[in-house]
Amino acid sequence: MMHGSLFGFLFLMWVLIIIGGAIAVIILGPISISGYGEFDPWINSIVKGVVAIGLSILWVLILAKMKNLIFRKTFNF
Amino acid sequence: MIELIIPAVVSCVVAFFTVYFMTPPLIKYLHKKNLAVKDIHKPGDVMVVRPGGPAIIAGIITSEIVLYAFLQMNEILAILITSFLAFVVGYVDDRKVMGGWFKPLGLALAALPIIFLGTYDSDLAFPLFGAVQIPILYLAIIFFMIIITGNTINSIDVANGIASGFMVIASLSLSVALFILQNYEIAIASLPLIFVSLAFYKYHKIPSKIFPGDSGALTLGVMYGAIAIVGQVEVIAAIALLPAILNSFLFLASVKKIVDHRELNEKPVELTSDFKLKATKNKKARISLVRLIVANTPLSEKEVGTVIFKLALFSAGLAIITAFMMEFRI
Repeated sequence: MMHGSLFGFLFLMWVLIIIGGAIAVIILGPISISGYGEFDPWINSIVKGVVAIGLSILWVLILAKMKNLIFRKTFNF
Repeated sequence: MIELIIPAVVSCVVAFFTVYFMTPPLIKYLHKKNLAVKDIHKPGDVMVVRPGGPAIIAGIITSEIVLYAFLQMNEILAILITSFLAFVVGYVDDRKVMGGWFKPLGLALAALPIIFLGTYDSDLAFPLFGAVQIPILYLAIIFFMIIITGNTINSIDVANGIASGFMVIASLSLSVALFILQNYEIAIASLPLIFVSLAFYKYHKIPSKIFPGDSGALTLGVMYGAIAIVGQVEVIAAIALLPAILNSFLFLASVKKIVDHRELNEKPVELTSDFKLKATKNKKARISLVRLIVANTPLSEKEVGTVIFKLALFSAGLAIITAFMMEFRI
């Protein structure tokens, strides 16, 4: 039981990775900016990079919230 | 597939026995040079030599050279050179304690052979939903992946046998995933990592005769990351590594900056009078995976290792499930 929450947290991390992957494919995949000539790949990458960083920050924030929720309750941190 | 069996078997045998036979003389040499540190989880002044990195990298170099002789793939060269550069970074840090910036920067440079040899695919594959094309952004992911895998394995090396034992489980699941995805050449190139880790575990397990040091842990972690990139199984590799990533995440979430753990004074765990590990009551101490494991009950070092290995097996199972999920599309 004591270590059950650790396994639960790992499972939660896995679920978040699967969901994050879906969001990345659905949001990042279709992004395609054109009209800037040879700069198109760079602009596409910068936009995708900003979105990816935003998603990563969101992922970490959700994980931090879940960490506090699970471990504070179980381990009194 | 059949023609790959001989290279696979030969490289695994070479990987295992190079480390198996090289580690005892290395232990002797390091004792002679007095390169030993106190094992803080043992009663009395138990000294353990370090680093075991030279034996580990010797096993990797010999086995991957054997594989290259058979297969002549740039991917094998990329794994080999990147692992060697990570060893150099770790060895410098073993001999002279460097600042917190050194390892991330050094490991970023170690990732360059993967890029220069063109042994990556810029499509990032996810289970169920397909891949996303990120040609330029993927370069950042290569650096990020190598830095993360190297450092997470290094940071989970918290007790006797953990880093090498954990690596056996994680790399085994990575190899299984590569076989499931029918990426046979890279699957075979990943096998030496299992056997190098297994051979080193013999001397690293409790009670340790040798510690891997930064040179050993970074080499194992970076080789794992390089295999993930050239094998296009980045997400699966991250999942198999989740307990180590959790440990690093807890570290960063409580310290809130990139810093070497040796620079922190407050320890997350303390020793009881009967040499069990217990969580510190010090609110300033960082949170770590071990602190969570022993939060409610003090445990022996061996018991802590068993819990970490169970977590690693759980993540390895999730990684293999994810590999099967890669075959399906929603």
